[in-house]
Amino acid sequence: MDSAVVLAAVFNLNHPAHTVDWHFIHLSVANVVVIGVMFIVFFLAILLPFPGAAKRRRGSS
Amino acid sequence: MSAAPPAGGSPAAPPAPSHSWTVKVREAAVEALPPETVLPDGQPTYVASWIYLFGVASIASLIVTVVSGSILAVKGPNWWHQTGPGHFFNSIHLWSVELFFFVMVVHLWGKYWMAAWRGGRMRVWVTGAIVFLVAVPTAFTGYLSQQNFDSQWISTQSKDAINSTGLGSFFNVLNFGQMYGWHVLLLPVAVIILVAAHVLLVRNHGVVPPFELHERRELAGTGDGRAAPGPEAHS
Repeated sequence: MDSAVVLAAVFNLNHPAHTVDWHFIHLSVANVVVIGVMFIVFFLAILLPFPGAAKRRRGSS
Repeated sequence: MSAAPPAGGSPAAPPAPSHSWTVKVREAAVEALPPETVLPDGQPTYVASWIYLFGVASIASLIVTVVSGSILAVKGPNWWHQTGPGHFFNSIHLWSVELFFFVMVVHLWGKYWMAAWRGGRMRVWVTGAIVFLVAVPTAFTGYLSQQNFDSQWISTQSKDAINSTGLGSFFNVLNFGQMYGWHVLLLPVAVIILVAAHVLLVRNHGVVPPFELHERRELAGTGDGRAAPGPEAHS
């Protein structure tokens, strides 16, 4: 079966986009998801340790 | 061609100043961008953090965008709409742009909260911000250049907004040839030049240090901010 057909069965796009509305804010759910993922990636990049960073710091001190 | 020193003259005498414009340009370039600064041996230890990766991720996705867009420009709309490889490169172009904006915005957030304009880096910050502002119409004209119902919808929906600003007289979103020219030449060239300037400025001023380290350097009297080789540098 064509993979496009399988995807179409999983994600039915044959309808108007779902939106998030709050006062003047009007965003599609897809864009809200992307913005949410950007926040998650941003905080993970700050919080997760970088491989070898502690060793480099010890080596430079 | 440089003249040989006269016999019996002092070998330590400085060479006469050259009037060649190529020499002047070379000397000015080396003075402004020393090779050891543009291509350093290593970066400071504080660069070993995930948050510092999003700048180079932006450049990587931009390269994929430019290469895939060049292939699309060579092959044309019939190819990208009606063939398998065309669909593939069309999708590569779209998703590399999506990734470019994703990582560029995370990069912008990171640098904003680091106050990356510190230490004489105002031009670094400003060029980065302008890259973002120029990239938005670059992507917008790309959506207008798709040659499908989506581009028709976007152009007819956006024309009123553009016309209300007064820009519509010379930026006509219904004019495919004009939008295509902006998208494949003028705006990408601007983005690439600005990114190159941004990277050279980063190299020249060094990657902005974290707040605490920067303040310690200020207290120690060594806070010039350059990515100078030293005990912190690693390869």
